[in-house]
Amino acid sequence: MNDMTQSNLERALKIVGTRPARPDGVDKVTGRALFGSDKSLPNMLVGRVLRSPYAHAKIISIDTSKAEALNGVKAVITCADFEDFPSEFVPNGEMVVNLKDITRNIMAREKALYVGHTVAAVAATSDEIAEKALGLIDIKYEVLPHVLEVEDAERPDAPLLHEDMITIGVEPAPKKASNVAKRVEFGFGDVEKGFAEADLIVEREFTTQQVHQGYIEPHACLASVSEDGQADLWCTTQGAFVVRNFCSKLLGLSAAQIRVTASEIGGGFGGKTVVYLEPLALALSRKSCRPVKMDMSRAEVFTSSGPTSGAKIWVKIGVKNDGRITAGDCVLKYQAGAFQGAPVGPGAMCAFAPYDLENVRAVGYDIVVNRPKVAAYRAPGGPISEYGVESVLDEIAIKLKIDPIEIRLKNAAKEGTIAPYGPKLGPIGMIETLEAAKAHPHYSAPLGPNQGRGVASGFWFNIGGETSSSITINEDGTVGLTLGTTDIGGSRASMAMMASEELGVPMDLIKPVIGDTNSLGFNFLTGGSRATFSTGMTVVRSTREAIEELRKRAALLWEVDLDQVEWVDGHARLIAGDEPKTMSLAQIAKQAGKTGGPIMANCSMNVTGAGPSLGTHIVDVEVDTETGKVSIVRYTAIQDAGKAIHPAYVEGQMQGGAVQGIGWALNEEYIYNDKGQLENAGFLDYRIPVCSDVPMIDTVIVEVPNPNHPYGVRGVGETPIIPPLAAISNAVSRATNIRFNELPLSPPKVLARLMHG
Amino acid sequence: MSKTQVATCINGDTHEFLCDTHQTLLDVLRHELDLTGSKEGCATGDCGACSVMLDDRLVCACLVLGVEVDGKEIETIEGMSSGSGLHAIQQKFIDLAALQCGICTPGVLVATKALLTKNKNPSEEEVRFWLAGNLCRCTGYDKIVRAVLEVAADMRNA
Repeated sequence: MNDMTQSNLERALKIVGTRPARPDGVDKVTGRALFGSDKSLPNMLVGRVLRSPYAHAKIISIDTSKAEALNGVKAVITCADFEDFPSEFVPNGEMVVNLKDITRNIMAREKALYVGHTVAAVAATSDEIAEKALGLIDIKYEVLPHVLEVEDAERPDAPLLHEDMITIGVEPAPKKASNVAKRVEFGFGDVEKGFAEADLIVEREFTTQQVHQGYIEPHACLASVSEDGQADLWCTTQGAFVVRNFCSKLLGLSAAQIRVTASEIGGGFGGKTVVYLEPLALALSRKSCRPVKMDMSRAEVFTSSGPTSGAKIWVKIGVKNDGRITAGDCVLKYQAGAFQGAPVGPGAMCAFAPYDLENVRAVGYDIVVNRPKVAAYRAPGGPISEYGVESVLDEIAIKLKIDPIEIRLKNAAKEGTIAPYGPKLGPIGMIETLEAAKAHPHYSAPLGPNQGRGVASGFWFNIGGETSSSITINEDGTVGLTLGTTDIGGSRASMAMMASEELGVPMDLIKPVIGDTNSLGFNFLTGGSRATFSTGMTVVRSTREAIEELRKRAALLWEVDLDQVEWVDGHARLIAGDEPKTMSLAQIAKQAGKTGGPIMANCSMNVTGAGPSLGTHIVDVEVDTETGKVSIVRYTAIQDAGKAIHPAYVEGQMQGGAVQGIGWALNEEYIYNDKGQLENAGFLDYRIPVCSDVPMIDTVIVEVPNPNHPYGVRGVGETPIIPPLAAISNAVSRATNIRFNELPLSPPKVLARLMHG
Repeated sequence: MSKTQVATCINGDTHEFLCDTHQTLLDVLRHELDLTGSKEGCATGDCGACSVMLDDRLVCACLVLGVEVDGKEIETIEGMSSGSGLHAIQQKFIDLAALQCGICTPGVLVATKALLTKNKNPSEEEVRFWLAGNLCRCTGYDKIVRAVLEVAADMRNA
């Protein structure tokens, strides 16, 4: 019997760790791959959404009669078409969602809570008719005062978004409703005692702005509900099963009635973990009994999907003169958008997590404002809180004249450290990434005039979760893998590689596909850096089960006991006997019919044991003192991947995350006018980094294996967006000798500080 | 509103279609001709996911009207690989992992081919500025730029 938990950490690997072509590569370079809006059905209608023009308004009445009467309009829906729900919190990735809020976010009920909030939707035979119908829907609003910033929203006289919202996590519970949805606190020790022992204390406030994931593919879906209530949904999502469950609840359909097929996904970064158009398309299709296709414009993506929080944070760190931290304290106030659920919990968990501290406290507030409800964005919450901590640490290093890597090494978390959020950490790579940073030629390279070098580290805990996959051995000796987690950046390749490594057959004989929600048990979404870790775990286990079955079949054919057969390099081999005897996987598969039928195996688990991933980034910037423009001159990202299954895609995660972080640090921000309207809802004005904005992003993959995964995988996607914010801010501060504590460091803001200090 | 008849040549094949005067070329390609390889990321010419060649000129198909292409030649991502296999640029992108989600890839490939037709030996800076109109949110551009520089060298030496 193969041990299903056997580790491959010591084994010589043939496939894992190499860089083969990805199985979906040809489809993606030829335009053949089908994304969310690339599919059509006969007799299909077009769905369009009517959105609130007001940031905060009571909905007095909705009259859809004129729209319904327009020729070509087949269905109009409003909140009356959706059931209401009591407040109930459900975990979703690192975030928490509430059905009462989701049903109100997909379709406003009592009030519209942000500009762009859905208030009605139409399905019609053409785009033009649908647009015209939206104009015929008559909605009477009572406009209310709105609030956009956390410091305004928490005032006692602030306009209330939800008149019944009592802050959770405060004892005794407040008597009065407020916009503060929740208070969280993590930590241990006695911070006051720690500060009393400190030789130096630095305390600073920071501001970050709301930013969007900026996936290039807008949300899109195609729903078809038949007269008997059977529903098919094609959509771009990070989690087909999660979409199925949300939609089944929102529409009152059973899970078996909805089959969700995930399209190829054109980027998500956390933003495609919840539902927007999907329940609307299903409801419109149910009402019209025709397929309905919906997609968002880029402006709708900005105003009406789920960006991440802007925040106000306060950080205080005390140190001894040798750089050892005696206490760390922070308060985080994150915008939730219109409904509770800012990622302030994970932000507070991670704030001080790269360090081994005796006295630590992180307090977070989840505050509702009249902006779109936030969704996950790559390491949700982490970049914001860690930006504050890593900035203060840099200032301390300068004040104490200690090298910024040395001060981090002096305080680095390691195996056995108690994380601020509770658990004792297993093997982690904080020290290893810092040592690699120190040894990297970048760190000792000379700097030019107006240039500065910044360093910062980042911690993300990573997650596991419910996962299931299956493997089939085909009659011709090829292999099928059915996976339930969306492939967002090459995971089909890494799954096929792990199966190939286990089976000992070439990777090109293995065909991995992403199954629909009827083909596997529930799979939690792709997020939290869990896919290669969790789905990989199920692939390894189901492959080992298939090998077990292959051995049994060989034993049957050879008429020997199972323990006489071993599996080596894609072959069954007879252990005893006069002459060596082997049988290939293909030979066994060919005879499967007469040895017991088709060979397949599956594995379903609730995966635990995710390994935190730590990263350290080094960046050189040059500041144009005439214009305030900051250029990234050189960038190096170093990260502990545990084990890189396909190193090129691990590097890709590190490079992509770093550049998203560069955008967050330098340019990206939601800009609202005094009416609460977003003024830069397009890629021209919300400027994500373009190719000419960035240099090559050098990478160093550190491998401190996660002992809970057969190949040591940790998950890499989240961590690389964390260090850039502070690394860049630290670099600009060092280049200018001015301490910056506000993002983005866009030219006007930098210039203002250069001119006025 | 009456539709306009348009005759064009797409990827070497003649096509005739009827389109409304307000329909963009991207609309026509995706919705009338089922050529969904060109992607719509913004519809305002900011993302480059719909990059196509129009009479040897690199354009965003979302900024061209369908009626404008009458009598013109268009090349889309669907026309890049020949019957005998992938274009060298396509193969290089796969080999160097120069794509993650793949939504920007068709536009980046079309733009890259246009660059290498004009400039067989581009510098890194020239590649970066040429591709500045093609947004990619996954890769951080590193592997894309490396793939373009490497395939340019391969094609020069071929």
